[in-house]
Order: sequence, then C-alpha cells, then structure tokens
Amino acid sequence: MAGPTLLKETGPREVFCGLTSIVWLHRRMPDAFFLVVGSRTCAHLIQSAAGVMIFAEPRFGTAILGERDLAGLADAHEELDRVCHELLERRPEIRTLFLVGSCPSEVIKLDLARAAERLNEEMQGRVRVVNYSGSGIETTFTQGEDGALAALVPLLPASEERQLLLVGTLADAVEDRLIHLFGRLGIEAIRSLPPRQSTDLPPVGPGTTVLLTQPFLTETARLLRDRGATVLTAPFPLGAEGSRRWMEAGANAFQVPAERQAEVLDPLMERARIALEPHRKVLSGKRIFLLPESQLELPLARFLQRECGMELVEVGTPYLNREQMAEELALLPEGTPVMEGQHVELQLDRVRDSAPDLVVCGMGLANPLEAEGIATKWSIELVFSPIHGIDQAGDLAELFSRPLRRRHLIQPGLNPSLAVDPVHA
Amino acid sequence: MQLTLWTYEGPPHVGAMRIAASMRGVHYVLHAPQGDTYADLLFTMIERRGQRPPVTYTTFQARDLGGDTAELVKRHVREAVDRFQPDALLVGESCTAELIQDQPGALAQGMGLEMPVVTLELPAYSKKENWGAAETLYQLVRSLLKSQVPEQASHNPLAWKQEGRRPRVNLLGPSLLGFRCRDDVLEVQRLLTLHGIDVGVVAPLGAGVDDLSRLPAADLNVCLYPEVAESSCIWLERNFGMPFTRTVPIGIGATHDFLRELHGLLGMDPPDTREGHQRSRLPWYSESVDSTYLTGKRVFIFGDGTHALAAARICREELGFEVVGLGTYSREMARPVRAAAKAMGLEALISDDYLAVEAAMAEAAPELVLGTQMERHSAKRLGIPCAVISTPMHVQDVPARTSPQMAWEGANVIFDAWVHPLMMGLEEHLIGMFRHDFEFVDGHQSHLGHAGGSGAAGDSAEAELSDVPELGDDALVWTADGEAELRKIPFFVRGKVKRNAEAYARQAGCREISSETLYDAKAHYKA
Repeated sequence: MAGPTLLKETGPREVFCGLTSIVWLHRRMPDAFFLVVGSRTCAHLIQSAAGVMIFAEPRFGTAILGERDLAGLADAHEELDRVCHELLERRPEIRTLFLVGSCPSEVIKLDLARAAERLNEEMQGRVRVVNYSGSGIETTFTQGEDGALAALVPLLPASEERQLLLVGTLADAVEDRLIHLFGRLGIEAIRSLPPRQSTDLPPVGPGTTVLLTQPFLTETARLLRDRGATVLTAPFPLGAEGSRRWMEAGANAFQVPAERQAEVLDPLMERARIALEPHRKVLSGKRIFLLPESQLELPLARFLQRECGMELVEVGTPYLNREQMAEELALLPEGTPVMEGQHVELQLDRVRDSAPDLVVCGMGLANPLEAEGIATKWSIELVFSPIHGIDQAGDLAELFSRPLRRRHLIQPGLNPSLAVDPVHA
Repeated sequence: MQLTLWTYEGPPHVGAMRIAASMRGVHYVLHAPQGDTYADLLFTMIERRGQRPPVTYTTFQARDLGGDTAELVKRHVREAVDRFQPDALLVGESCTAELIQDQPGALAQGMGLEMPVVTLELPAYSKKENWGAAETLYQLVRSLLKSQVPEQASHNPLAWKQEGRRPRVNLLGPSLLGFRCRDDVLEVQRLLTLHGIDVGVVAPLGAGVDDLSRLPAADLNVCLYPEVAESSCIWLERNFGMPFTRTVPIGIGATHDFLRELHGLLGMDPPDTREGHQRSRLPWYSESVDSTYLTGKRVFIFGDGTHALAAARICREELGFEVVGLGTYSREMARPVRAAAKAMGLEALISDDYLAVEAAMAEAAPELVLGTQMERHSAKRLGIPCAVISTPMHVQDVPARTSPQMAWEGANVIFDAWVHPLMMGLEEHLIGMFRHDFEFVDGHQSHLGHAGGSGAAGDSAEAELSDVPELGDDALVWTADGEAELRKIPFFVRGKVKRNAEAYARQAGCREISSETLYDAKAHYKA
C-alpha cells in the first residue's frame, strides 16, 4: 500500500515523561490538585519544564519519597496519608486530588489506587481522590494527559443523552470557539473532558459521540468506548483542512446536512486561506525535520506539508498507534519517513546530514541545534498554544514561520559582510 | 515523605551533570528512565548553552525492566565511549535506577575501558544537587590523583620563592548553573594578576581531565564556592598538604580578608588596606551623601550558604543596612549561617520550604529582600523590592554583560544591583516633597514598580477595554459575542485588536462587530 514509510528505532531518548502534562492539566481544572508521588527529580522536572516560580501556590506538588519510605511500604502509605491531609488542610478549595505515580513509586510498587480508595473513604465526598501514572518508564510527555483523563472516565455519570463530547485539553478560548461553531451547525449538546471544573464531569453513554481533540488519548478513547460512547475517527483539528474534516466528522454523526456544513465552514476555510497565505510564502518548499516528543508530530507534519507546502524530511513520533493515526498517515505523502521511537544520537546525525530548514524538537536540543546553524521550533510550545481549529490555522503556521522570519531579519545585521561598503566609504 | 511545591535544589545527579558539563573531555553515562533528560534544558535553556551536556541517559522503560537492564547499561556505555571518546567517564544513576540496583559503575569498570572510569554513588533520597556536585568533583579529583598521593604530605606553598617564579594558585568550585561563576572567575583572575599571582587550574569550569591531574603543581587552592569545592580542597590538603583559602571574596571586607589570607599562606607581604577604596567604587558610593538614605534599611537575606553569608556582611558592614532576617537552603552550610545570624541577634532560617521563607519574610517586614528567584516572586507579592543573590538559576541570572559578584568589580555590581531596587536618596526626597501634588496620585513606590503585580495587570486590562474611545456618529456596535471574544484576547494586545476590528468594520461597511468580524479582521490584517 502506498503511504508513508514506517520505521522504528530504539536507543537513548530525549523526551519528557508523562508528569510534564500536569503543567497544562492543572491550568484547565483550577479546583484540582496534582500530587506526584515521587522523588526530588520529579519535583525538579515539573518546575523546570514549567518555569513555575510565578505561582503563589501552584496546584501541583510532589510528595518526595525519603529513605524511610523506601524501607517499608506500610510506612510509605501512612506517610502519604499524612501528606495528603496536610495538603488538603492547607488547600480547602481542592475538590479533586490526583495522585500521580512516578518512576520510583512504580518501581517500589507503591499502590496508589489503594491509597486513593482509602482517602476517598475518609474524605466522604468532600474531595475526590483519583490516581494515574505519569512515570517515564510507562508514559511519554502527553501520554500523561491520557492517564489523567482515563482515570476520570469511570467517574463520569451515565446518561443516554445525545451529545457531542470533546475529549482533550483545549485552550478555553479555542474550546469556546469550537462549541460556538458546532452550535451554528446545529449541535447544541456539547460537553468537554476534562471539564473546566473538576467536579463538573460530563456524562457518558450510548448517546455520546466523542471527538478527540488530541492524538494522544488512546486509553481514554478505549474506556469511553467501553462506556458505550462512539469515538469518531478523523484527522485531528490542527490546520484548516484537518479541523474541517474533524468538524465534518462530528457534523455527519449528528446528521447535519451537507449544505449547512458548507454554509458554516466554507467562509472559515476562505478566511484561513487568507491567514495562511503569508506564512505559506515563508514555509513553502522549506524542509522540516520533526523529532519525536509531543505526539502531535503526525498531524503537524500533515498540516505543514499539505497546507504550508513544506517538505517532510523525517517525522518522528515517540510511539505510533496506527489505528488512531490512520487518517493522518493516509494524508502523508508516499515515502515520507515516519520514525517511531528514538535513538537521539543517530537521529541528530540524520538531522545534520539532511540539513533541514527547520527542526521541531524539545528544549534540551533546540539551542545546541541553533548553535550549529539549524533553525528550530520547540515542541512544548505547541501543547501550550491555542492552535486547534480552522480559525487558528494561521497562528499555527506562524509558530513555524517565525523562526525562519527571525533569521531573515537578524542574520545580515549580526553577520556583517566584508563585501558591503561602509556607509562613509 | 516531604510535601514540596517547589524546590531550591535539584537531585544530586544534576549536581554531577553540572561538573561533567563544566569540564572538557568528561562524559557521564546516567542510568535513568526516560523523562530524566529534562535536565538537559537546565543547561541549554537556562544557561543558554549551545552544546548539549555530555550525558548519555539509558532511558529505560517499563518493558526493559523485565529484561536485562545490565546489558542496556553496557550498551549505552559502549556507544557513548565510541561516539564521544571521553578522557574520563563518569557512571552513575538517578533516583529510579538507584532502586533497581544494577550497579552501572561496577558494570562499566568491568568493561576494560581505556579511560579512567569514575563511579558515582549519589544517594537520591537523602542528598541534593550541591552535594552531588561536590561529591562528583571530589570523586574525579580523587580518582585522577590517588596514584600521585605521596607517602608523606610535603607540599610547600612557598616553593615559588625557591623556584624563582610567581606564586601559582588553583581556583576551585566555579561550575555551570552556579551563580555568576563565569564572571567571578574572570574577576578573581584579574585580582590575582594585580597581585602578581598566577592561576594554575580553574576547575571544574573549563578544565580538562589532564588539568585535574596537575592540581598539585600549584602552591595552594582557592576555594571559591565551598558548596562545590570544599570536600576536594580538604582532600588535597590532607593528602598533598596543599593549603586552601577559606574566605570567599565577595564584598570589600571579604575581598580584603581573602587577599590577606592568600598573601599569608603564600608568604607574601600583606596587601595594602586601601586597595578596596582604590579599586572599587562601592566604598565611595556608600560613603557619598546620597547613600545616607540607605542607613538602617531593613534587609531580609536568603540564599545558598556562601552568598547569604556574604550578603549579610556587606549589608551590615558596607552599606549600613539592618539585617532583619538571614537564612539558607544549604543544610551543609547551616552552622556558619547560624553563627552569623546569632552575631546579629537573629535566629537563622535553615529551610528548603519556600513558603516558610515567604512567611518569615512577611513577618520581618523588610524594605529590601536579597534572595533567590523564588524570593523575588514572594517579595513581588508582598510589594517589597528585591535583588537576586543566589541560585537556583534562572535565565535572568546569566546576563549578557560581565557581571561578577566577587572581588572589586563584583562589589560594584552588588552596589548597583542591591541599591537600584530601592529608591535612591534624591529621588526619594523629591517624591516626599511633592507627595501631595496631583501628579503623584498613583504613588511612586519604586521605579521598578513592584507593588501591584498581577492585580494591576488585570485592572489595566479592564481599562483597556473601556478606554478605547467610541467612534462618534457612525457608531459601531459591538455585539455581546464580539465583546466576549474580545475579552479573551490578552490585555496587552486587546487595544490593538479592537482598533483593527473597528477599522476593518468601517472599511467593510458593517455597523456591527461580532466575533465573526473579529476573526475576519484578524485574517485581513495578517494577510
């Protein structure tokens, strides 16, 4: 079958672990707290990745395991209870407490499910305690959100109601916009997971149609299917084309007539075309190499190739769920190398050999590549920025055109040429 | 188990990375799960380095744990050695690998590698970053020098006299992710040159593996940052008889004491006591009449041990401040900090809980805070001016300009950095005089405008929305959803977006501005 060339490699990886997704999850649900049960490394990771010093009282923290906790698990459970009580006393506004497993807690087999159960009994509904793993031995970066949402699925009330459920964290403004647009298509019952208040959990059942807003929610999707929901398959809502097809999938599931869809979406597409034009001028014909990290690499590659005219040198992805990514893979040009997993040294060798115009990579690699003369775009910015939907296609393209535009702006000035005569010569 | 919302120090293996990344020819194989690679960004983003730290992570995953993780370690060691060909290899583990007990150091030792292999055992569940850095430097120094240790320590710091050369000292302690180390090294070198003293080896910053082997060739060691270098200095003293300086030259008095200590150890004539006045502007700036206003300013100090101690002395003895709080997160430095606090009639705050520090700060009601980036945030919330004196590092602590803390120029930098956040004398005087004039209704607390913070931003956002004047007869009407959409735009660009949308609406001939118009305008102006 024609399509991208699927490759795999293993070796040292340069990726975040699932704990990192707390950085955006805690902002989505201001009444929730994420307590990592882990080590000083976990605490340091989150604060380094998030640059969190600005928060007075962040809504995440770490219960740092000490030597005594490692000596006996019984003590560790007692200690965890003590820390949770201390926290909840200090933060009475917390309604949902996520106990987040880490590499060390997984390795010593500290049973957080049991701890959550015990705490739930004690709290008697005042606070809901759930658990999931964000450990690096089990999860990569955005997979942490999958874990957190999957932990919420069993708590969703059951309902037969016909509704559209948007699953995955979106920027509030983008979510409002999408709901507004679905409203114009005639779909009124729309809910979101995660909700904006952790206590405001959406119902789920056979009447529920799910649109995944993010490509990394495999486990959550599976659990929602088990609850009777229908999970639609579509390209993900990045770029005008992907967003349109994603909205159409939703509209079709609600029998919105094609004319109505065109009436609402066509003007948006035209506007997106105008918004994209200046960026396409910068990006068209440029070669891009995407290193694996956020799991958004495939939809981004599809957008950059089809709507911005970029050439894909290699598309990395931390892991590949072929079923969930089927629509995205189908839209990539034949022979595009899609590399699952990573051997960071070999991959950087390929980056250097192929001398791309732009590399999408993590923060650890960006400056070293820039210092070698290769323009980069941090992948972490993509999970923080409002980039979903047809209306955001221009902004999404701008994230990629900016590094190139910047080079164009400052390189002549910073690298004076001997060939140019001085002004007063 | 300790509840932590934010931490001053990373885990000890990050300290080891600081040593490896500071040096040339050292590579660190770190047995660690995926995700621990986050630490690279400390160097590439915060320190703005254009190279990756020389670290190979084994990045094991759950599926590897069932199999042979020892083989995984060996494969990564082999690949790292082949690719990077280091002069010395550090092998260690992060917190998770410590639990698996693969003993990566022993595995690497058994591989018959040609370069020195140093095993690092850094207990992740009881120790922290600075300890890890000190231990790593110590293990490296020890491994590379143990074959040279004489039967009887017979080092003579006066040897330079007999050998007919200038005295030569090593500078130990400066490292990446240390506070202003890059610039301190330059400034201390300048100071030593002024006194006819040569610098042998600077380590770890910029040192090669062979540089460590020739540490004993210097007359003595200068311990610039005890947090990182003291254990190495003690070992060199004990085994080679090399003395080291205890005074850290931050501030006028301490720089003078440092010079006196150094000259004494090297058998040189004591330095001129007027040098501080001649070489630094801090003494005169502090004596000048404008600084009268600094007298008795209440200062709260918190940081690593070295910088907190130095700050306390400068504040009290050189700027005429009153120290109303002193503390450190460096438990290793608790004793001298306690003693210094006691001498000022205070009880030292030894804590790594930033909320306890903030509470102590609020309680002490200072007029100036000298702290870490975290205290800067706490002080901002309390509306108190603040200067940063210590790690943990922030990208702002790696300025483009040369900005040392040590020696004479360091004292100048400190004067500016600590006094500027306070309102200076003449300005304070004038504002006091004109306080009741209507121009000053907003209040002029400080020219950094710390008070207010995020709340003020919110207010101006609202102001921005209502302040944009209406457009007269051809009045445009904002629909409810248009207004709602506009409010979602960050306040600092909202005014521009509003103007654009209205200009676009007029041009397009619509009287109503809805969310659609807003998006149309957005597309129009970007095109």
